[in-house]
This record gives sequence, structure tokens and C-alpha cells, in this order.
Amino acid sequence: MDPPMDFQVVVLAGGTSDKLSPLVSKELPKALLPVANKPLLSYALELLEATNLKNIIVVVEGDEAATQVESWLSVAYMDRLNVEVVKTPGDVGTVGAIRAVAPFLISTDILIVSGDLVSDISPGAIAATHRRHGAAVTALFCPAPVSGGADSSTSGGKDKAKKPSRCNIVGLDPTRQFLLHVVSGAKVEKDIHIQKRIVRAVGQMEIRSDFMDAHVYAFKRTVLLDVLEKENLYSIKQDVLPYLVRTQLRSEISAKKENSADESSNGATKELPSEDVNINSAVPSNQNLRWLSQHREIAPSSYQEIHISDCDMNKSRPSKKTHKCCIYLSGKTQYCARLNSVQAFGDINRDMLGEASRITGYTFSAQNNVVHPTVVQGAKTTAGGQCIIAEGTILGDKCSVKRSVIGRHCRIGSNVKIVNSIVMNHITIEDNCTIQGSVISSNVQIQERASLKDCQVGAGYVITAGSEYKSEPLTKS
Amino acid sequence: MDLRRPNRPVIGPKVRQVGFVTPDSAAATSSSSIPAVSAAAATSAGSPPSSLSPVMIPPPRHPSTEMSNPHFHPVGSYNPSEQILGSPPALSPSRSSRFDADGSDFGGDDDESVALSGVGGGMTPKSSLLMRQPVTKTAPLVSETHKRDSNVSKGKGDGPSAAPKEKLTKAERRATQEAQRAAKAAAKEAAAAGGAPSVSKQPKPATKPATQQKKDVPSGSGPLQPLAPSGSIEKKQGKKEVAAPHPRMQFDDMTKVGKLKKRAVVNQSEARNRVELFRHLPQYEHGTQLPDLELKFFQLDLIHPSVYQVGLQFLSDKISGGNARCIAMLLAFKEVIQDYTTPPEKTLTRDLGAKVGSCVSFLIECRPLSVSMGNAIRFLKNRISSLPHNLSDKEAKSRLQSDIDRFINEKIIIASKAIVEHGVSKIRDGDVLLTYGSPSVVESIFAYAHGIKKNFRVVVVDSRPKHEGQGLLRRLVERGIHCTYTHLNAVSYVMHEVTRVFLGASSVLSNGTVYSRVGTACVAMVAHAFRVPVLVCCEAYKFHERVQLDSICSNELGDPDAISKVSGRKNLNYLDGWAQNENIQLLNLKYDATPSDYVSVLVTEQGMLPPTSVPVIIREYGIERLWT
Repeated sequence: MDPPMDFQVVVLAGGTSDKLSPLVSKELPKALLPVANKPLLSYALELLEATNLKNIIVVVEGDEAATQVESWLSVAYMDRLNVEVVKTPGDVGTVGAIRAVAPFLISTDILIVSGDLVSDISPGAIAATHRRHGAAVTALFCPAPVSGGADSSTSGGKDKAKKPSRCNIVGLDPTRQFLLHVVSGAKVEKDIHIQKRIVRAVGQMEIRSDFMDAHVYAFKRTVLLDVLEKENLYSIKQDVLPYLVRTQLRSEISAKKENSADESSNGATKELPSEDVNINSAVPSNQNLRWLSQHREIAPSSYQEIHISDCDMNKSRPSKKTHKCCIYLSGKTQYCARLNSVQAFGDINRDMLGEASRITGYTFSAQNNVVHPTVVQGAKTTAGGQCIIAEGTILGDKCSVKRSVIGRHCRIGSNVKIVNSIVMNHITIEDNCTIQGSVISSNVQIQERASLKDCQVGAGYVITAGSEYKSEPLTKS
Repeated sequence: MDLRRPNRPVIGPKVRQVGFVTPDSAAATSSSSIPAVSAAAATSAGSPPSSLSPVMIPPPRHPSTEMSNPHFHPVGSYNPSEQILGSPPALSPSRSSRFDADGSDFGGDDDESVALSGVGGGMTPKSSLLMRQPVTKTAPLVSETHKRDSNVSKGKGDGPSAAPKEKLTKAERRATQEAQRAAKAAAKEAAAAGGAPSVSKQPKPATKPATQQKKDVPSGSGPLQPLAPSGSIEKKQGKKEVAAPHPRMQFDDMTKVGKLKKRAVVNQSEARNRVELFRHLPQYEHGTQLPDLELKFFQLDLIHPSVYQVGLQFLSDKISGGNARCIAMLLAFKEVIQDYTTPPEKTLTRDLGAKVGSCVSFLIECRPLSVSMGNAIRFLKNRISSLPHNLSDKEAKSRLQSDIDRFINEKIIIASKAIVEHGVSKIRDGDVLLTYGSPSVVESIFAYAHGIKKNFRVVVVDSRPKHEGQGLLRRLVERGIHCTYTHLNAVSYVMHEVTRVFLGASSVLSNGTVYSRVGTACVAMVAHAFRVPVLVCCEAYKFHERVQLDSICSNELGDPDAISKVSGRKNLNYLDGWAQNENIQLLNLKYDATPSDYVSVLVTEQGMLPPTSVPVIIREYGIERLWT
């Protein structure tokens, strides 16, 4: 079956990210990490499904993770989506992941979605923008979240060697359609070096640092495959995108492509009808300037070529060597976050309970919470607002649950307070515990009178009775 | 020949244009009225050669032609009408007669109009060969449209239409053939209509609403619709593809709009405060369409990706300009054809035609078609339907694709090359050339003239809100051409030094009216007043048989926000939130109609012609030849 609108979708589901330890382990790959009691990957897949993209390639790092993801997918989406799981060896980076699926890619454009995306921004809009501009690459940027923005905006699930401190620096043209400059978090230095040529071509550039790269890209396949041939690229975000942006005026990739049949792939010049004489990003290097200047983007370039060769007989036809890098900026009302750190995990879970609850697909009750009908609640137990309690969970007497997510089949004793926390599946919490702001992975046992504050507890850990922990990651060693 | 024309003030056409359109609804059943008028005229005056159809063409326009238009008027094309209107007193009655003819339910006045036009016909017994061709041509066409109309609403008597045709046949040997055909058609239709030969005032007021409903099509282009065979052809197509909103749909008809919306792919909400006079044109809330369409990107399986892409680009104004849009559309169709496979139990000619039709309707939703695109679509559909049935899919597809290539190549690229050569011959050393907007052909002319070392200067006149001239200016300056840039407001000042005006056109209609970027008419009129020759450069594929007197009946409305916001002047925000204020109506027209009087010469690939010769081109080189 032909891909719809000539777009193929690749979801990079990652493997077992170190950044998310201790939450993620070999038993629980990142893709299956429950966010509001649904595996993380399901958010991306459902977003795609909602846009009518049913044929999806999922790339998973590591064998075990791949097996687990595959078995989950076959159960959850068997009849709805046509998902193909491709596994790659660990630690190959996003570029490696794309290399692994390259043989499967046949359509004109490829949509690459990070598996840790939780968003309600339609991928269709990005794809359409990409098409409209005939761009080589279109990236989705969204306003960086305010809370802990710095942390979650730098990232790249698998890129370890980076300091989680700075934001991206993004240069935009005045119409905010073209990406003129991009430096991703880790590579930001004291000075920003901006190519004069690009600025000259555009007239003015807007530099922003409050956008984050949502890791959703639409690539022209030919461009993407050309880039993949290059060595020493590791991450799409940190290497490929900056490379494409940097070289948009002296493109080596699209130069090769000009002669191929792909008509619209070349970055013909275009002109924005804005106030100052405004060549956009795709304006050429000097030797091309003359050629490009003659014609505005008059429709597809094949026309221009013919037209030029006809009308300007006295001019040799210079080759065009530009491509366009476009940007799709999401609106303020749309939700977009990437789960690439422990803090982001907590933030996203809270958002799912609060402002972005529409994404989860749960219907919240009058008390603004979701309590599965099979949940057994003891006497005087209260489940406050913004809570999700999944099926099979048993709560003892006098418990209090606020702004928390509790997974399946947990057994919670009496007089337990759970505030602002995420409790995954099959967890036993004995009486008189207090859990605040923590993340408890599956199969954890918390014995009596334990007190946890801002902790992350790895799977299978046992917290002994009466112990108190504060701001610690706890893993089974 | 110009001596025949009386000297009249230039203001004429403007006033009249507005006047003409106001009885908008009355225009509805115009087609039926023509035969009536012509029949009556024929009987009253009995002068066949003058064939009253010219009355329908552009009567009000020509009187205003000054003799200061000495350039290329080899033939006084529409002599009869000029004669009618030659003397000032005749003017106003004739206008009223037009209304009557249009409305044709103002029954009582019909006689008067008939008499007038009859007199006009009688006064001009001579008409040159060149002239007559279009005239005789139009007559059969009338009958054809008429026939179709009668098929739609059979209630109308069509008898009279046959009569004038027979008179016509006597007129010209050349025309006999056509007339025979017409007579045949008329006979057929008379048979179809139950041979009800009725009086000239056929449509009774009572039946009017019904007929109007049925034929909202002709009412769109106002009084002159019936002369245009295009109307009928498009109408035929409209029947085929139900999905396509008719190019000239009346958007003030709520039921129609409702129906259209149900089918629409693009979710459009109608703008609320629209200018009264332009209610019949589609105007949507800009800014909502694009995101909405983008959201649905993957949901529209039926639309081919390349068509979708082109539609998006039209919607976002990324591709604009007649040639560019036409080429983009054709290339997209080429890909559609490439990817097309005939479904089982269907024939390629029919199914592909329908498919193209649905693509076209999508494009219309994105932005109304230009005349050039309309012609290209007609070409393509004609090619599709005329494919031999025994061709294999592959052959048929490759044949269609090469047809498209041929169209682009011959009609657009080589044509513009030829225009460049013709146009350059009119540039002399020391000229100061003025252009308006950013017409691509004119740009090529300038570039070529500069290339062959002509020494000239260019004045680029621009206007808000698109500022297209700036792009042109930049490219010209980069070439080393000496330029002056000014806005439309200053055109009367700058016109003093100008020696030639080069303009582009979106379309040239068969009465010589140039339909082009809004503001063109203004430039042409100022140039005319300053006795500066106006050269309109237009490829012949943009010619259209339609006749249009004003820019109201058929036009396009742009984004009103584009004119309410002043870029770079944030403090000029008086119009913010205008949509909430019922007392404000913004009008951002995209096109206007320049009367042929203001055009000295049309530069086409067929050579340089007076605007009055457009029908000849259409007839001799244009549409008919293309389709076969």
C-alpha cells in the first residue's frame, strides 16, 4: 500500500536510556515507561494514528527492548496499526537508527518522530508545511516549557555527552518559517557564530533561545539518505540538522540531487512578499545569486530551468545549490513535551493529570480524577483531584492520594499518603507510609512507616520499614 | 478609422461601469434576452450584417474611446455599438436598454431597447471582414449556450434565436458554415423545447426565480455571459464533476454556499462583514484555512500529494502569478496522471476526467482559478476526453503527459519568448519604461532589452499590500538596469517622463478588456491621459471569450487583513479588530478590468495587436485550435 501523501513515518523509540535511570531498566525499556498508566510510546503512536498514519516503522535500540516493544505492540495495536519494529544495536544514535531503516524508506518524504514525544501537535501540519515549502528538512519547535525548561529542552535521549544546562539557540527569518541557524544545547558556546551569507540573504534574523526542538522532523528522503552517507554523524538533532542548516546556501546534498528526477527537491529561490526586500534563507551563494535573482519562485523549478535557458540565451545556467530548512512553530495552546529526563517524566505526568489531560484520552470524573471501577478503596480513603488510579489496585483505610498516578494491581495499606507521586504497577506499600514527589517503579515493596520525598525508586527495590529517604535515586544494585 | 469616433471625455467608462452592475440580480436571465433583442432588431432594422450581437458586447465602452488612441485600430471592431452610442443623447437610453436586456423581465421596456439597437444596426451597414468573424462566430455560440440553457430549463421559448441566425448567414460567405451549424442546433433545440416559438419577452416575472435558481451560472458574469461559449463549456463540465464549485458561483446565495460547504475539503468560514457590492464573490476568513488544511494533511487520501502541495502553495500565496500558477497546476496534474491507474470496470477517459475534476475543485477551494488555469484545464480535459478508446493505459498516460508538456512549452514558454522579441522591438534607446507590479513577461522583456544593450530606464510602480514590485525592482537593479521605484499614488507625477508603459495581464477578454492585477487600470488610464502608449503583454492562452465590462461581476477578494495592517507601522492599528465592527467593511480586490480604450497594443506571441482583435486571435489561433 502506498504511504499516504507520500510520507513514511519512523518512530525512534530508543532503548534503555541512561538518563532515565533508575526508572528505565532492561525489563522496562523507555518506550514502555508508563506515563499516566499508558506506555510512553503509545502517545506518539496515537498521535500518528489520529492523523491517519497507519503504517509506522518503530526503531528500538537493543534486542531485549525490541522484543518487549514488539510484544506490547502486537497486543495493543494489532488491529489498528501496521507497525514494523526494527531493532538496532544499542548506542548508535538517532542517525544510526535511521541508517538501520534506510532500506525501508521509499516515499518522497520521511517523517521522523521521537518516541518520547508527548504532544497534541498534528504531525500532518508539519508534513504539510514541509510540502508547502518544498523544504529539505522541516523541524518542529515548540516553546520551551517554563518549569525546568532548561533541563528538558536540552536532550537527545541517547546523547549522553552533554551538559544538561543550556537551551537551543535558533535563528529564524522574519516570517518565522525558515530555520537559519541552530545550535543545540550542548554545543552552545560563549559566542554564536552566524554565517554572514545567510543574514545577508535574509535581511534580518531573529535569534531565539526559548524554543525547544521537539524531535519531530520531516526530511526529504533523498536529502536524508545523502546525509546518512556521511561519516561521524551521530544524532539528528545535534549533527544532521545543524549540518543542513549550516549548508543551506551551499548545499552539497541537493546539488547532487538537482539532476535527479526529483523536481521539487531543489531549493529554488523564493521571495517573501514582506516589507523589506527579502530573500529567504534559500538564497544562493554569490555565483548563483544572479541566476536566482532573475526569477522568483515561479512554480516548480523545472520551469525555471527551461525558462532561463530559453530567455537568457546569453547566460550559462549555473547550478543551484541550495536547500530549504523550514521550521514549524507550535502554538502556545498546544502541548508538546519530550520525556528525556527524570524531571521531565515527573512534569509530563503532572501535565497529563492537569493541563494536558486531553491527551491521555481518559475521561475525568466530577472530582477531576480517574479511578478505575475495579479499585477497592478502604474506609475514609480519599482520592483527590488530578489522580489516576488504575485497575485492580487496593487501597486500605484512611489513605489519601493527591495529584498522583497509581498503576495496576498495587496494594496500598492503611493510612498511606501519596502526594505528587507516580506509583507504577504491582507495588506494595505497607501501612503508614508517606510518599511525596517520588517515582516508584514497578514491583517495589515499601515497608511500614517508610517515608520517601523526591526519590526515584528503581524496579524491584525493597524499602525497609521505617526508613526515610530524601532526594535520592534508589536502585537495586 | 478613428475619425469616426466622436471625441468624448475619458471619464466615461468608469461611471458607466459602476452603473452597469448594480442591477445585479436582474442580470440573471440574460441569455434568453439576447435572442429576443437580436430577433427584434433583425425584424425592425432588417440589416443583417450588423448582427446585433455586438450590442451585447461592449457598447458603453467604445464611445469613450478617444481618438487619442491612434496606435492600432485597423478596424473599428464594434462599429454598430459605437454608432449607437456615438451621439451623447443615445447614451443613457442605451444603458437602460441594456438593463432591460439583462433583466428581460422589465417587459415593457424591451421595445425601446430593441428599437435603439435596431437603429444602431441599421446605421452601420459596413463591417470589415476582420470584424465580422468574431461577430458571426458569436452568434452560433449564443445559440449553443442557449440550447444548453434550454436543456436545463425547458420552459423558455427558443424559437426566436433561430431566426436571427438565418439572417446572419446571408451576411457573410465565411459565416455560412457556422450558421448552418447553428441553425441545425437551433432546430434541434426547438424540437427539444417542444417548438415553442414565443414572443421576445419570454421569461415572465413569475417564472423568474426558478430560472434564476437553475442558471445561476450565467448570472455570475453579468449581462454579457451568454456571448461567451466558455460559460457553456464550463457549465458542461460543471455537470460532470459535481464537486467543483462553479468558477462563477454566486456566493451571496446562501443555499448554494451551504451545499458547497458540505462538500468542501478546506474548512472555510465566511467572512462576516463583506462589502455589499461584492457579496457574490467568495470571501473567507483568512488565516484559518491554511492551518486547518494542514491539519488534515494525511486525511485526504483522495487528493494526490502533488495537487495538495500546489493547493497549499496557492493558499499561502507562495505561488502567485498567472503563468506560475498554471504551470504549477499542470505539473501537478502530470504527476496525477503518472500515478493514475484505471480502476477495474472503468474507462480511463471518464474516470481520469472525474479525477482531474476533483483535483480542480480542490484547487478552486484553495484559491479561485485564474483564466489561464481555466483554459489549461479545458485543454487537459479536452485531451482526456478525446483520447481514443483503444489506447492502453500507458500510452494514454504518456500521451497526456506529453500534451501537458507541449502546452507548457508552446503556450507559455515559447509564447513568452516570442512576446519578449515583439516587446523588445518597441523599446528604443532613451526610453523610460513604466511597469506595474511584477509581470514576469515584462521582466523578461526588460532583461532581454538590457541584454542587447538597449539604453533605457525603468519606473517600477508598486502598490500595497503585496509589494510585488520590490522583487522586480531588486532583480532589475541587480542586472544593472537604472530604475525608479514609486507607489501607485505617485503614478500621475511620474508619468510625465515615461515614454512607454508595459503591463502584464491575468487575462484579456474578448472585448479587449484587460483583466489584471488591481491597479493596472489606474496606471493605464493615467498613461492614456498623458498620451503614453500602453503595451499589455499577454500570452494568447490567457485570452478568454468572456466579455466583461467591469471588475465587479467576476473578481477575487484577497485577505482583508492584508490591507488593514501596515507593515512596519505598529502604531497604525486603527483597524485592529475591524471584524467585530459591523460598520467597517474592508475590500481587498485582487483584479481589475482595464477597458480596451486605454490599451494601445496587446503584445502576444501572435504579434502586436489592437485589443479589439482578441476575438480574432481566440478564433483563429486560440481555444478551438488547441482543443482539437
